[in-house]
Amino acid sequence: MSSSAASTEKPDAQTAPDSIVEVRDVHYSIGGRAIFSGLNLQIARGRITAIMGPSGTGKTTLLRLMTGQIKPDQGQILFDGIDVGSLSTSALYALRRRMGMLFQNGALLTDEDVFENVAFPLREHTDLPDSLIRNIVLTKLQAVGLRGAAQLMPAELSGGMARRVALARAMATDPEVLIYDEPFTGLDPISMGMIVRLVRQMNYALGITSIVVSHDVEELSILADASYIIAGGKVAASGSFVELKDHESEIVHQFVNGLADGPVAFHYPAPDYYQQLLAD
Amino acid sequence: MHFLRELWDNVREFVTTVGAVALFFGRVLAQLPRALLRPSLVVEQVHNTGALSLVIIMTCGLFVGMVLGLTGYDLLQRFGSEEALGTAGALAVVKELGPVVTALLFAGRAGTALASEIGLMRATDQLTAMEMMAVDPMRRVIAPRFAGGVIAMPLLTVIFIAIGIFGVQLVGVQQFKVDAASFWSQMRSSVGMDDIMEGVVKGCVFGVACSLIAVYEGYTATPTAEGVGRATTRTVVISAVLTLILDYILTAIML
Repeated sequence: MSSSAASTEKPDAQTAPDSIVEVRDVHYSIGGRAIFSGLNLQIARGRITAIMGPSGTGKTTLLRLMTGQIKPDQGQILFDGIDVGSLSTSALYALRRRMGMLFQNGALLTDEDVFENVAFPLREHTDLPDSLIRNIVLTKLQAVGLRGAAQLMPAELSGGMARRVALARAMATDPEVLIYDEPFTGLDPISMGMIVRLVRQMNYALGITSIVVSHDVEELSILADASYIIAGGKVAASGSFVELKDHESEIVHQFVNGLADGPVAFHYPAPDYYQQLLAD
Repeated sequence: MHFLRELWDNVREFVTTVGAVALFFGRVLAQLPRALLRPSLVVEQVHNTGALSLVIIMTCGLFVGMVLGLTGYDLLQRFGSEEALGTAGALAVVKELGPVVTALLFAGRAGTALASEIGLMRATDQLTAMEMMAVDPMRRVIAPRFAGGVIAMPLLTVIFIAIGIFGVQLVGVQQFKVDAASFWSQMRSSVGMDDIMEGVVKGCVFGVACSLIAVYEGYTATPTAEGVGRATTRTVVISAVLTLILDYILTAIML
């Protein structure tokens, strides 16, 4: 994809978008520990929505719930009106063909080269001739700037390149929703800038919906149309980045401003320090 | 009381695991026809599990046969029956040593490779990525690998048997000068098609057991370095024990 594409502008902010994903009163626990207790949020169609929160608040768990990898204990997750938790395996697989997901580590198939990784979903889901698959793969690789790396193996790629290949693979079947799980983690500033640019280009040029789960406040402030901050099993705050920056909640203030201490304590809960030191 | 509780927990865990393996086997069998519709995937796995095990199978087959030749000759010459070496060696290799040793070697080479490969795919989110691309890993990864192992194992068994008999002959006829005509004619008159089928059937059964254990352990491995290591170890141990137990059962049935 050319960076000069005219259609990479944000859509008109005045147009109220409908929701493509809706999380309704979701409760979910692991081993007796409540991760979500009444979570509600909506992902607007055609926009970039950021889901943020301190480590361990369940951001990745929320993605797993949205994609039907796990089911909520209570509540519903609706994808375009379809209750994800109630689907059979075959119906769930049919629904997933409308989604693309970028994993934190890329999750590329290590025995296949870059070309075959991007071609993988096309070979699995279509009967397209090799010549057409080749053209589609090269187009997707061109969009992420890695057409020249088509013959490289995943082990030969840097972290940023691996994530761009994974993005090309996620786009291969032209999904309606692209989900990014911690896309900026461990990247140098150049790679991070590339990913930010790509997420924006893909979203507005292709007219898809993007859900970005991350705790990189700075990058998401540039990228996202709307943001949710999750803490304590619920949405602690939502809105534009400017609105979040001035939010009255202490935990939101601590998270957005990157403060070391606050409601999320620096110290993990422990017995009294001096008593413990003097105990033996 | 503590002992009884521990015993109960172990029994319950064993039954649960057997049930889980049975359900997993059912899922693999359900996906097998669709996997076989893409023969290139299965052929690739026959190559990985079978062709890449050939050297170790042939080398071990030769030495097992040669050791059998040495010990067999030593035993038979005490009774003046050296000519029976062909029959004794062939029956031992065809009915027991061929399938059993091949299964043990298969578990050690191909089984561990399968378990660690699938376990690492799990640990690096490759299987989850497939699920997210609406590709069932049971169909795309597990069933072809299982089928590859099941096809490769009897072929390896037959090769092991042939090389093993050659090893017996090498020591008996070439080294100890047992009469070649007696060696081969006694073997041909005593070893029947049912003996050969017993070896092949055992090879098939061990192939199903070892391949199933390998893909199950890999698929259910804890997605950590330690988890994959443990799955690999369990593959060898469980496959070896299961092979010997099944060998006893099959021998008793086909006796």
